[in-house]
Amino acid sequence: MDFNYLSTIIFLPAVGAVLIAFVPGLSGRLIKWLSAIFTLVPLGLSIYLFAIFDRASGAIQFEEKLSWIPAINAHYHLGVDGISLPLVILMALLGFLVVLISWKIDLRPREYFAWLLLLETSILGVFCSLDLLLFFLFWEIEVIPMYFLISIWGTGRKEYSATKYVIYTLFGSAFMLAGILSLYFATGSLSMVEIAQGGLAMVQSVIPAAGVFWLLFIGFAVKLPVFPLHTWLPDAHTDAPTAVSVVLAGALLKMGGYGMIRICVSIFPDVAREFALILIILAVVNVLYGAAVTMRQTDLKRMIAYSSVSHMGYVLLGIFALSQVSLVGATMQMFSHGIITGLLFAMAGLVMHNSKERDLRKLGGLARQMPVIAVVFSVAGLASLGLPTTSGFAAEFLVFVGSFTSTAVVGIKLWTLLGVLGIVITAGYILWMLQRVFYGPPQDKFNKVKDADILERVYMFVFVAVIMGVGIYPAILTDVIQAGVMPVMRLLGG
Amino acid sequence: MLNFELLAPELTLAATAIVVILLDFVFKRKWWLAAVSIIGLAVSAGFTVSMWGGGSVALFNNMLAVDSFALFFKLLFLVIAALVILASAGYVAKFRRFQGEYYALVLLSALGMMLMAATSELISIYLALELTSISLYVLVGFLKDSKSTEAALKYLLLGAVASAVLLFGMALVFGFTGQTQLGEIAGAIQGMSLAGVLSSPGLIAGMVLMVAGFGFKVAAVPFHMWVPDVYEGAPTPITAYLSVASKAAGFAVLLRVFYSAFGLPTWLSLDWGMLFAILAAVGMTLGNVVALPQTNIKRMLGYSSIAQAGYLMVGLATVGFASAGDVAGRSGLLFFLASYALTNLGAFIAIIAISSKLDSDLISDYAGMAKRAPLLALALTLCLISLIGMPPAAGFMAKFYIFSGAVQNGLLWLVIIAVINSVISAYYYLRVVKVMWMDKPASRAKVPSPAALRVALAVSCLGVLVLGIVPGFVMKLAEMAAQMFAF
Repeated sequence: MDFNYLSTIIFLPAVGAVLIAFVPGLSGRLIKWLSAIFTLVPLGLSIYLFAIFDRASGAIQFEEKLSWIPAINAHYHLGVDGISLPLVILMALLGFLVVLISWKIDLRPREYFAWLLLLETSILGVFCSLDLLLFFLFWEIEVIPMYFLISIWGTGRKEYSATKYVIYTLFGSAFMLAGILSLYFATGSLSMVEIAQGGLAMVQSVIPAAGVFWLLFIGFAVKLPVFPLHTWLPDAHTDAPTAVSVVLAGALLKMGGYGMIRICVSIFPDVAREFALILIILAVVNVLYGAAVTMRQTDLKRMIAYSSVSHMGYVLLGIFALSQVSLVGATMQMFSHGIITGLLFAMAGLVMHNSKERDLRKLGGLARQMPVIAVVFSVAGLASLGLPTTSGFAAEFLVFVGSFTSTAVVGIKLWTLLGVLGIVITAGYILWMLQRVFYGPPQDKFNKVKDADILERVYMFVFVAVIMGVGIYPAILTDVIQAGVMPVMRLLGG
Repeated sequence: MLNFELLAPELTLAATAIVVILLDFVFKRKWWLAAVSIIGLAVSAGFTVSMWGGGSVALFNNMLAVDSFALFFKLLFLVIAALVILASAGYVAKFRRFQGEYYALVLLSALGMMLMAATSELISIYLALELTSISLYVLVGFLKDSKSTEAALKYLLLGAVASAVLLFGMALVFGFTGQTQLGEIAGAIQGMSLAGVLSSPGLIAGMVLMVAGFGFKVAAVPFHMWVPDVYEGAPTPITAYLSVASKAAGFAVLLRVFYSAFGLPTWLSLDWGMLFAILAAVGMTLGNVVALPQTNIKRMLGYSSIAQAGYLMVGLATVGFASAGDVAGRSGLLFFLASYALTNLGAFIAIIAISSKLDSDLISDYAGMAKRAPLLALALTLCLISLIGMPPAAGFMAKFYIFSGAVQNGLLWLVIIAVINSVISAYYYLRVVKVMWMDKPASRAKVPSPAALRVALAVSCLGVLVLGIVPGFVMKLAEMAAQMFAF
C-alpha cells in the first residue's frame, strides 16, 4: 500500500481549513465551494477504501506507521478495521453534507468553514488513530472548533453552552489522560494494538486494571454521553448551529462509543465482563431516562438532543452485553444513529430556519407549507423509532438480539426487555412531535413559509438513500463490522 | 588551569552588555542597540551550541559546571532574551531615557541566569542569583510611573527577604556538612546516618529554607505574593521575561541543587519529593482558582504562572521519587520549561502589541480583537490553548511528558489533581478567547505592531506548534541534558 489513504482522508479537510483561513480575498461563495471540494474528496476516498476493504480478514488495514516521538515511544500510527471504517465513512459523509447544510451561512464564513473542516479532521483522526497519544491528541483538538462554532454561530445561551461543553469534555479527558498515562506506565507502549494483544496480565501486575478502566471509561462516558454525565448535551445541541448539531450528534458522540469498544473492551476484557452488569443497568437507565425526558421537551432541537441520549443507551447496552451480535449491533447503531439523527437535526434546522419558530407548542400544520420537509422529517422519525426497512431497525434489532442472547451477565434478558420498552416511548415522542409540527390545522402565521430548495433536497435525498439502503441491505455494513468485531471477541475469549 | 573558551558564551554576553551601554552614547537611533544585543546573543548562542555534546567539565575549583544541563538552559535563556528584546522594539518608546541601559540590563540578567544554570556551588549560586535579581529589580521599575515603582519596590523588598532566607538556608547546610560544593555536600550527607541527621535537624531546616528562597524566584505558592502586583506594574516585556526566564532559572537551580546535593540517600529525596508534591498541589490549585476572577490580563497571567509553577513542581516531585538513573522527571521538567517559555512569551508578546494600542490591560477591552487584529488574536489564542494544555500546542506535550514521568513514579494522585486543575484553568483562559472572538469590538481601528515584534511572535508561535506536533527533537535534547550532570 503505497498511497497513504488515511492520512490523505484525515488531513485534506485541515489543508482546506488552512487555505480558507489564510488565503486573503476569498469570497464567501468560493469558500463554500472550496469546503465542498475538500470534504468531497475524503468522502470519495473513504468510499473507495470501503470498496476495497478485505472483508474476510479481521486485521487492521491501510496501516501507516512512523516513529513520532521516540522519547516516549509514540508512533504516528493509523489504520482502520471493521469497527472504525464505518465511522470514518460516517464522518466523511456528514462532513460533506454539513457543508451543504451550511450553505446559507453568511456570518463570518471564512472562520466558520475553517473551523468546520478542522473539526472533521480531528474526528476522522480519532477514528483512525491506533496510538493512544495520537488518539488523545485528535480527541482534544476537536474541542477547539466546537467551542468556536457553538459560541459564535449558535443561538440562545450559546456562550454558556459552549463553555459547558468544553469544561465537561476536558473534565472527561482529564481522567482519560490519567488512564492513558497509567497504561503507558504499565506497558511501556502507547500502541492500542500491542497493549490489547499483550493481555491484561501485564497491566494487572503493576496497577489495578479496574482503576484504569474506570479512568478511561469516564472520558468516553462524558462523550457518549452516559447518564449522569449527559447534561452538557442538550445545552450544546440546543444552542449550536444546525450543521454543528448534525456533526455533534452524528459523529462526535460516536467517539465515546468507539473508544469504549477499542480501548475499554479490547484492552480490559476481563474488567469489562466484571462490571458489565453495572454498565448495562446504566445503559437501560440511559435509554429509559433519556426517552422519558424527551417526552417532556417543548423545544424542537432539545427534544432531538434528548432522544440522542436515549439512543446512545442502546450503544452502551450493545457494547457491554459483550456478545458478537450485540457488538455488531452497537457499531451499526452508531452508524445508523449518526445518519438518522443527522437528518433529524438537519430537518429541525430547516423547520426552524424557514418558520422562525422552534417551540413545539407554537408550531403546527406545517405539512401544508412544507410537504417535502414533512415527508423527509417523517422518514427520519420513523427510522429513529426503528421501523423495518430503515437502518434504525437493523441496528436496534441486532442490539436487542445480541444482548438478549448474551451470556456475559446473569439476568441480561430482563434488562434487555426493559431496554426494549424504550422503543415504545420513542415511538410515542417521535409521532407526537411529527403531529405537533406538521399536522393539525394550518396556521395563518406560517402562510409565507417556504419548503426546501433544490440544494436542501439534494442532501435530504442522500440521507434518506443511506438510511433506506442500509435498512434494506444491512449486510453491506454488517459484513465489514463483523470483520472488526471478530478480533475483539477473540480478546474476550468468546 | 582555566579554559576560558568554556566561558565563551558568558564572556560574549558580558562584553555585549558593556558595548551596548557604550554605544548608547554614540547612536541616536536606539534600535541599533537592539540589533547589537541580538547579535551578541546570537554569537553567544553559537558558542553554546558548539559546546553541546562536549562532555561535562568543571571549572574554577568545581564552582561552575559546563554540562549538557547547563548548556540546555543557556540556550533557553539566550532565546528568551532575544525574543524579549525583539518584543520590546516598539515598547521602549515609552521610556524617554535609558534605552541603552534597558537592553544592557536584559543582557546582564540573562548572563546571571546562565550562570545560575551552571553553578554548582552554593556561594556562586547566590552571586549569580543576585546578578539576575538586581538587574530585574531595576527593569521592573523602568516605567517610572506609580504602579511600576511600587512593583519594583515590592519586588526588591520581598526579593531581599527571600535572598536572606536563602542565604540562611545555605549557611545551615554549610554548617551541617562543612561544604559548599554540591558534589561534596552530597558526599558528606551520604556519609551520615539517618539517626545523625534526625538528631540535629539543621540539614532539613536548611533545605526547607532554600526551597523558600528559590520558591520566591519561581513564584511557587506560598512564596508568590509578589507576583500579581509586580506582573501588573512592570513593563510588559519585563513581565514576560520574569514569568519565563526567571522561573526557568529558579527551576534550573532547584533541580541541580536538589538532585546533585540532596539526591541520595533515598529517604532524603523522598522527603523533599513529598515537599515538592505538596507545594505543587497547593500551587496549581491556588493559582488557578485565584486566576478565575481576574479582570486584568497581566494579573491573570501572573496567577496562571503560579499555577504553571505548580505543574513544574510535579516534575521536581517526580525527581524526588524517581529511582537513580530514571531521567523521566528531569527531562520532563526541562521540556516543560522550554515549551512554557515559548508559550508564555508568545502570549505576552501578543499582549504587548494589543495593550500598547489600547493603552489598557483589562480583558474586557480585548473585545472583538479577532476583527481588529486577526493574526494577533490567533496567536494569543494558540498560546492560551497551549497554557491550558490542549493539543496541537506545546503545552499538551509538555504536560503529557511531565505527567507520564510522575505516573511512572507512583504520583498518580498528584497527576489527577493536576489534570483537574487544567480543566479549571480552561475556564479563565477561554474567557479571554471568548472576549476576543465573540464580543463586539469597541472600535474598528486596526492594531499596528512593529515588525520586530511580529518576528518574535511568529518565532514563539512556530515553536509552540513544533513542540506540540513534532516534539521528538527537543525531547531528545532534554533527555540528553537531564542525563549529563557534572555533579
